[in-house]
Amino acid sequence: LDHGSALHTAAKDCLSSVSSQDVPAERPRAIFHTSESDPAKHTEHHEGRLYNIPLEEVKAVFPHGLPHRFQQQIQTFNEARVMVRKPALELFAYLRSSNFSHPAVRYVIYGERGTGKTMTLCHVVHYCSRQGWLVLHVPDAHLWVKNCKELLQSSYNRDRLDQPLQASVWLKNFKTSNERFLQEIKTQKKYTWGKRESTEEGRPLGEVVEQGLARVRSASDAMGVVLRELRQQCHRGSFRLLVAVDGVNALWGRTTLRKEDKSPVSPEELTLVHNLRKMVRNDWSGGAIVTTLSQTGSLFKPSSAYTPQELLGKEGFDALDPFVPIPVPNYSPREFESCYGYYLERKWLQHEKAHTEDGKAELQFLSGSNPRQLDRLAGPL
Amino acid sequence: TLRLIYTTTAVERKNVGASGPEKYTEAFIKKQIEEFNLGKRHLANMMGEDPETFTQEDIDRAIAYLFPSGLFDKQARPMMKHPTEIFPEQRKIQWGEDGRPFHFLFYTGKQSYYSLMHETYEKLLSVQKYQDQVTAQGLPLQKEKRNLAGSRWLTKIELEEMLLEKLSDDDYSRFIQLLQKLVALPCADIEEKYIQKFSKEVPVQLQKVVIEPLQYDERGVAFSTGEGTRKTARATAVVHDNGTGKITVNGTDILHYFPVLQDREQLLFPFQFLGRIGKYDMVCTVSGGGRSAQAGAIRLASAKALRSFVTEKEVEFMRQAGLLTVDPRVKERKKPGQEGPRRKFTWKKR
Repeated sequence: LDHGSALHTAAKDCLSSVSSQDVPAERPRAIFHTSESDPAKHTEHHEGRLYNIPLEEVKAVFPHGLPHRFQQQIQTFNEARVMVRKPALELFAYLRSSNFSHPAVRYVIYGERGTGKTMTLCHVVHYCSRQGWLVLHVPDAHLWVKNCKELLQSSYNRDRLDQPLQASVWLKNFKTSNERFLQEIKTQKKYTWGKRESTEEGRPLGEVVEQGLARVRSASDAMGVVLRELRQQCHRGSFRLLVAVDGVNALWGRTTLRKEDKSPVSPEELTLVHNLRKMVRNDWSGGAIVTTLSQTGSLFKPSSAYTPQELLGKEGFDALDPFVPIPVPNYSPREFESCYGYYLERKWLQHEKAHTEDGKAELQFLSGSNPRQLDRLAGPL
Repeated sequence: TLRLIYTTTAVERKNVGASGPEKYTEAFIKKQIEEFNLGKRHLANMMGEDPETFTQEDIDRAIAYLFPSGLFDKQARPMMKHPTEIFPEQRKIQWGEDGRPFHFLFYTGKQSYYSLMHETYEKLLSVQKYQDQVTAQGLPLQKEKRNLAGSRWLTKIELEEMLLEKLSDDDYSRFIQLLQKLVALPCADIEEKYIQKFSKEVPVQLQKVVIEPLQYDERGVAFSTGEGTRKTARATAVVHDNGTGKITVNGTDILHYFPVLQDREQLLFPFQFLGRIGKYDMVCTVSGGGRSAQAGAIRLASAKALRSFVTEKEVEFMRQAGLLTVDPRVKERKKPGQEGPRRKFTWKKR
């Protein structure tokens, strides 16, 4: 290929007229970026553009939600730029027009690998947190059904198994993202954690969370308590609840965990999964449930599966039915251009050919306008 | 008295020096020819064909049918050919009953070669005489250039076969020089027949590759097809004009069919070379081979299809870039006594 490319450059010199390959003039930032930081004000006009999230907000709103590569990108560029895309705008329209006295509507974001489902979910989470909702963000449900070292038998229910580590991690992040709500919401029942510890009625939820963090053994139960309280109090209308689950197909698939007698664990036997399933049922009102399907972390599913039917399986599909499906496609030409322009502007693409029109066409061809492929391609360049 | 009870074959085998190639007598050859003809008639009878009109091709087909063989070497398979093709021609005895040789140049050792040289030189002299006559008469000398491009002289091996005796390289080059000298004379046309005995037609080598014209489908969009192979993969590509750069392989998108970047780069190469990345649509079908072989096959197929869309100069550039050449590399065969095609077994000193 080197031989070919050397000849190719020679041929290009011969063939094309000697046009000066001048670097395109500095395009004004306004074309690809928008200074609109508030997702609430994003409209079709902003479609294809990137908006900035201040870093403090990122730490507050997304302690645990963003994809790993995006976090690396934030560190490299020292700013968090998210693209406004059509699926997200669709969701905003639905959320704005939804009636909160009806049971919560479920939205399932699906699409092929690497098209931006998690980023769309994060965009929605940002929007809701700006609007003042209480956000229950589960970064990846797959983490709860695989690679768990410690499984405790639950004290609450003999059949179920606890996962103290995952639960405590999640509680910590939940605390960071929803500080103020934890003081406002009060418990409605008395909960006994053990022989000597209990939480009285009327105490702020923050105490339950502290309890879960302090006594790690009861972290899963603490999480269950938190979820139940939020579910029961949501319909009163004092706050809106957004349940954002990434990789929801993990709740109904299989797990790779085994009990001590080497028998496989089914998802129902895990406390975390059980509670989350109750959350995702639409028997409560006053909020919305936005979920994403993910093949990447899923277990025992072929890599070409991306539709809800395939990834959720019959059980999951019946449980989530009815839902509003939201497909996320690859980049449109406009979105591709703005992503490419952003990389150029931040000097991420160092190769001299990458600045040319041909380079752009090559990148588009090789990545197939898939956001993840483009990101991986642009890395070494 | 001693009686021989037991002998070994080593003792029985006398120390005979290696004799030359077997000599076939004329009677033997005649008998072989008769047997061949009889056998031909028998074979025709067996196959149910007419014995009178049974040609050599029919014989070959019949033998291949009756004795199927999986051997690779064609000459190792059973064959039935006329004895003159099988038994090499041999020189008859060159001397009579009284021991006196027939040819006057016998004692030179290479009688046919020297007689040939003498003949050719006589022709040369006669041509020169004719030339002198013509100039004496004042007529202009005809200059018709022989078409040297389409003909070649006989090779040394062919000449040896013709003369039935061994030649050295030196002898051969001297003969060719003499022939060239003869041909260089302006009036060599009179000896044309003699010269043709020693020259052969060479078919025109470079067959111009025909570039197919564009075809147009119902909507009026131009398209063209190409085929490509690599290792064991066979691919066909249909390139449509006025496209967006979308490529479909066996019904799926290239991102799904070729998850590896390297394969997609291979597909990109012809378009990138011509500088027309987003202009064409392509639909391909491919089968056989592995992932890399399929990518190479589609690359070749698309390059061949793109020839119709592109000027001749660009076709030449593509050919020089190696986009239009079939890659001849295939898996090499494993040899016995070795672990692989080249790798030998581990060598142990003891």
